[in-house]
Amino acid sequence: MWGWLLRRLGQIIPTLLILSILIFALQQLMPGDPAIIMAGEERGDPQVLAEIRAELMLDRPIWEQYLAWLWRLLHGDLGFSWRIRQPVGSLILEKLPVTLQLGLMAFAIAVAIGVPAGIVSAAYRDRPADWAANAIALAGISTPNFWMGIMFILLFSVQLGWLPPSGYVPLTEDWRQSLATTIMPAFVLGGSIAGVFMRHTRAAMIGALEQDYVRTARAKGLPERVVVTRHALRNALVPVVTLGTIELGRLLAGAVLTEQIFSIPGFGKLIVDAVFNRDYPVVQGVVVVTALIFVTLSLIGDILYMAINPRLRAA
Amino acid sequence: MSGTTLEVLDLTVTFATERGPLRVLDGISFGLPTGRTVALVGESGCGKSVASLAVMGLLPPSAAVTGTIGLEGREIAELPPEERRKLRGAELAMIFQEPMTSLNPAFTAGDQVAEALRLHQGLDRGTAMRAAVAMLEAVRIPEAARRARQYPHQLSGGMRQRVMIAMALACRPRVLIADEPTTALDVTVQAQILSLLDELRGGTGTAVLLITHDLGIVADHADEVVVMYAGRVAERGPVARVLSTPQHPYTVGLLGAAPRLDGPRGTRLATVEGTVPDLADPPEGCRFKTRCPFRIAICDTKPPLYDVGAGHRAACHRAPLEQILEAA
Repeated sequence: MWGWLLRRLGQIIPTLLILSILIFALQQLMPGDPAIIMAGEERGDPQVLAEIRAELMLDRPIWEQYLAWLWRLLHGDLGFSWRIRQPVGSLILEKLPVTLQLGLMAFAIAVAIGVPAGIVSAAYRDRPADWAANAIALAGISTPNFWMGIMFILLFSVQLGWLPPSGYVPLTEDWRQSLATTIMPAFVLGGSIAGVFMRHTRAAMIGALEQDYVRTARAKGLPERVVVTRHALRNALVPVVTLGTIELGRLLAGAVLTEQIFSIPGFGKLIVDAVFNRDYPVVQGVVVVTALIFVTLSLIGDILYMAINPRLRAA
Repeated sequence: MSGTTLEVLDLTVTFATERGPLRVLDGISFGLPTGRTVALVGESGCGKSVASLAVMGLLPPSAAVTGTIGLEGREIAELPPEERRKLRGAELAMIFQEPMTSLNPAFTAGDQVAEALRLHQGLDRGTAMRAAVAMLEAVRIPEAARRARQYPHQLSGGMRQRVMIAMALACRPRVLIADEPTTALDVTVQAQILSLLDELRGGTGTAVLLITHDLGIVADHADEVVVMYAGRVAERGPVARVLSTPQHPYTVGLLGAAPRLDGPRGTRLATVEGTVPDLADPPEGCRFKTRCPFRIAICDTKPPLYDVGAGHRAACHRAPLEQILEAA
């Protein structure tokens, strides 16, 4: 078990290394010259451009730029934003709590709606409850987030006046206001993922309910509720956990459109602004942190599998 | 300890299918004497598993069940589902063909045995677990306390079937249905499991319905046998009589098809010619007539279960067969 954990942690290093090369290589393909953007008014002056290029190492070969970046990264230094002249690390630390709060709230909403709906749907397969759950899930999956967001604002902010239409208040400042500003975007994000959770939970539960051990549980005289929630659900959870780690990772990588609509200053907004302004260090920093989040979540997922499925503990 | 624990009368099961109703059991009757083993024999698809699931009340809602199922004099076929559920595991227990997949991989062996005790006898967790360990000892699992903490994947096939038996017998049921309990196991383990069942049955007075297609097992472990063919009872009676003087041509064929160690070497195994009829469109009258060498005109009418003496009955117009065989 501990050997497995060590090996699993060891796998993370090459994964992140390959990722860092990909990030660095791909952004070389982005059109536009960062030096010209940074020079601003003086973009016509070759002297200024050359100075900027020298300062940012843009005149060096790519591999040299990469190694210099990697070296600083290993020392915890994500560099400076070219555009706003702030350390990338502190920019990310500033946005991270926002995205974390929004992402976790959306995730909680998605799981709280999607997993029970999937269980009920499988237990009442091909009956009205199943049809209703499927129809609602399909609607949730296929409704675009931006449209849903606008509708929410129109209904709850403009018509009813219950919630602020946009903006963000940190949790530490005023938790009530903070929840009021994030509940709508969290529902928009979570609602669409809830449908995905419902579909996957339903499929896994239907598979589990057809297993021989479910027949054994029924032969034992267990009430159907216990058969479903104890014997079948436990075995159906593995694919749902896999999905959960992926979806949570995506939520924490930032929700570009939804953040835009609700004016939430999270990761999504940070990376979009950085890409448009060729602010490479910020792009690289955000992507590295996102990758780290994904890798960590997948590790947590693997550990959860072993908690759920005793067969995997032996491996 | 005499009398009948389970009395099944005229049990009929019809499944609603897209092609129309499919009658997979057509009025079968049999009894389980207290503390005895009755074997239910027949080819795949003859309805023996459906019969056992009907007794348990485990058929899907798409199955329509008629007839009566008497458990110690009490009619249970018409009980509401909640009452049927309470009987399962407490009075009626079942073990299955596939010990590899019949235990839940996510729970320990002890947990799964204790679960039935907690449910039906209201034992608390600790007491139930101690009782479960005692039960695992009773089914001869060595180091039962350690094994109780293990998961199914850590146990061998024979060990898992022992856990299934411990689970089924934990609440001392009146009836145990064993659906091909040894088919998936090694031959040496088969014998151990069957002897264990015999022994436990002797101790508790549980009546056993042993579903099998292995006539060797029937000869060694059953008191009575019910031979089924295409959803009906072909023949039933005491094992010694049915196996030595079968009165239904299908049973004769089955016995011919059973390999014998003491038979002359090199003899071809006899088989039953032809195939099982389609239950969606069964033949009129006797369902075996399409494969029967003794078919005559009367076989176009449904044969009753003729009494051929000493509790032996056969659904064949030509019974007793000895006369035909001698004439031939």
